[in-house]
Amino acid sequence: MTRRVLTRLGTSLLVLWGAVTVSFTALHLTPGNVADVLIGSSIVTPEVRAQIIADYGLDRPLPVQYATYLGRVLRGDLGQSYQLHESVASAIGAQLGASVQLTASALVFAVVVSTTLAVLTARRARWIRGLSSGLELVGVSIPTFWTAILLLTVFSFQLGWFPAAGGDGFSGLFLPMIAVAIPITTMLTQMMRENLELILDEPFVLTARSRGMSDLGVRLKHALRHALVPAITLLGWVVGLLLGGMVAVEQIFSRQGIGQLTLAAVTGKDLPVVMGVVLITAVLYVVVNILIDLLYLVVDPRLRGAA
Amino acid sequence: MTEPIVEAAQSEDLVTGPIVEVTDLHVSFGPVHAVRGVSFAVHPGECVAIVGESGSGKSVTARTLLGLTGDEARVRATSFRVEGVDASGHRERQWRAIRGRRIGFVLQDALVSLDVLRPVGKEIAETLRLHRAVPRAETAGRVIELLREVGVPEPELRARQYPHELSGGLRQRALIASAIACHPRLLIADEPTTALDVTVQAQILRLLAERKRDGTALLLISHDLAVVAELADRVLVMKDGVVVEDGPAGRVLSEPEHPYTRRLLAAVPMEHAKGARLSVLEGEPARPIPPRPPGEVVIEAHDLVKRFRSRTAVDGVSFQLRAGRTLGIVGESGSGKTTTARLVLGLLAPDAGSVAIDGRPWEGLTATERRELRRHIQVVYQDPLSSFDPRFSVRRILAEALDVGGEPRATRRDRAVELLEQVGLDASVLERRPLRLSGGQRQRVAIARALAPRPRVIVCDEPVSALDVSIQAQVLDLLADLQSELGVAYLFISHHLGVVHHVSDHVLVMKDGRVVESGDVRQIFTEPRAGYTRELLAAVPRIDAATGVTVRKAS
Repeated sequence: MTRRVLTRLGTSLLVLWGAVTVSFTALHLTPGNVADVLIGSSIVTPEVRAQIIADYGLDRPLPVQYATYLGRVLRGDLGQSYQLHESVASAIGAQLGASVQLTASALVFAVVVSTTLAVLTARRARWIRGLSSGLELVGVSIPTFWTAILLLTVFSFQLGWFPAAGGDGFSGLFLPMIAVAIPITTMLTQMMRENLELILDEPFVLTARSRGMSDLGVRLKHALRHALVPAITLLGWVVGLLLGGMVAVEQIFSRQGIGQLTLAAVTGKDLPVVMGVVLITAVLYVVVNILIDLLYLVVDPRLRGAA
Repeated sequence: MTEPIVEAAQSEDLVTGPIVEVTDLHVSFGPVHAVRGVSFAVHPGECVAIVGESGSGKSVTARTLLGLTGDEARVRATSFRVEGVDASGHRERQWRAIRGRRIGFVLQDALVSLDVLRPVGKEIAETLRLHRAVPRAETAGRVIELLREVGVPEPELRARQYPHELSGGLRQRALIASAIACHPRLLIADEPTTALDVTVQAQILRLLAERKRDGTALLLISHDLAVVAELADRVLVMKDGVVVEDGPAGRVLSEPEHPYTRRLLAAVPMEHAKGARLSVLEGEPARPIPPRPPGEVVIEAHDLVKRFRSRTAVDGVSFQLRAGRTLGIVGESGSGKTTTARLVLGLLAPDAGSVAIDGRPWEGLTATERRELRRHIQVVYQDPLSSFDPRFSVRRILAEALDVGGEPRATRRDRAVELLEQVGLDASVLERRPLRLSGGQRQRVAIARALAPRPRVIVCDEPVSALDVSIQAQVLDLLADLQSELGVAYLFISHHLGVVHHVSDHVLVMKDGRVVESGDVRQIFTEPRAGYTRELLAAVPRIDAATGVTVRKAS
């Protein structure tokens, strides 16, 4: 058990090291002088330029540069953005909260709604399932940016229930959350319902019924937990996808976020910020997946004993 | 022990009258008429058994008594009473009050019948909670008591364990404990011992017999007449949804009236059927199978050892198998018999010892030489469905095997048809996929595939364990015929002693990776020397041909 946890942490560190190395390589493969690449499209004084060369050790051999870079990342120093005139860490820090908030709330929404829908619709009358799977098809097929625009038009401009731009707290979060959550919810619902329907045929379900348990009880107490296992796998993958992939929604709802930051950095050739975002996303992804592995152990006791 | 509160006052009549009583029961699923006109009653302290092969409607009948046939089923009966109350109009609510409380239900194979994600104690507590049988605070204590009642040692520890952490026997006991938690008056057991080893099966049957002695009525559903013979007072034989024979157990098993019952009884491999065909047609004497003289040595296994981590799965196993002969390996789960088979097949490398096929040892061969040698030794598994690619047609399955055997492309089709004829199938199945075949047909195709490269020896790993007894008889007969025709040798692995006795010339008895006894089949089965062999044989339920009662050999 301990050995498995240690191996897991070890491989996670390897992933992070890989991410650092990839961004270092990307920096050096970008055409042009490395210092110029780091400066990007902004104009700096020769003193700043000299400072950059010293900071990154650009006048020294490549392995030394690599070691210097690695050392700085380990100390949590992600460098300076010469366009934003602040450190990359604080630039990301300012945006990260909004992104995590949106991702987390969308995930929670997706899990709660899809679980409820799956439990209620699995093995039901044909029209219930038909209605649900029809809605799911629509949900998966509509592009997120379109949902976002639609939500904004109806609920902000026409009905005026929610702020059209920015907005604090829950009221500002709600519409973007729905926009992000819809495709995930529908995907999860479909998967969980399919799983539930298979599980409801299992002998242990029949046994539970034979003890006098109600249909809803069987679904909630027995079948649901089994259906969660594959859903958790899907969630881990979705988290990685979401963290950097919400540019459109952030743009449409004029929200802050990592997506906006990345977009600006890429268009402005602000490489230090891009590299910083890559690293932070990798860290979050690794952390989430470790959490998911732990969640597996909570849900499925058979995995606990496995050496 | 707290007696659960009885919800309704019971009159004298209810205590002594039948617990369930059905007359002319019909169950249909859409166009499928699964149960047609079944009538029976189960009284307190009585055991009624329903025997039949798959698709006979026996399980559907059992589920009907709990209202568990599903939404699609249409149930009708002229009379359907549970404890004297008409149950034909019962709704889900009323059924739920009966399930677990008045009637307990035990399914086969607790590994899939218990929720693997919950500790077994919770599963037992569930029955108690659902019917509020004991005050909440006493539930945990009651669970421990119940586990002790069904003979689970260290109940405090076991209650916290998950199904996969328990042995097959303990698991089945825990499942029974969850079914009897509220002391139901009727316990329905659907194939309660089918997935179990023979010694464990004997323990579970004893446990059920105890419940019966305590006044619980039993309804036993099984395909195995011998298991039923041990407990049943009354036997119903079902075929295609109809009860073909119904009577006191002793009479049905010793003087069966219906031809189908006779055929079922004849198909059970027993001492007197040795050397003869099992699938007899009515009125035809059992034809003997001409024996063949033994040929040269085809498998020579010497002192095989295989360890997995710290566990020694196979420990010093040696044997010899000659052409045209059958060596049976018998043992319970975990005895190392399947690992031995994999060593012989060259799929695993032994940690010590050696296996030679046709005088050529596996070790030191190049990949090409191994492939060449593999043609001489083929395998037939328990479940052919999982060893066939479901998208392949029978033609492709056989073509692939013939290709491996070096058959030229031009003659493959003819040879495939010839193989099918050898296993008693005709060319019409060539284009079918495994899913569209019956269990018996699938196993025949698996045998044809094994025969395709003209092997010297076929390893049969539980080849008939998943089959109904009459299909099992046909497949065993087929194997015997093929051996007598082709002189192929079999390494026959099974947990079923009757089957091993029937097919083998020599037998290895394995336990914990070691061979505890080996020798001629007659010697092993009539004068076993090792204590373990005697224990195994004693645990096998047998039907005495004269009285129809189960006899167990004194150990």
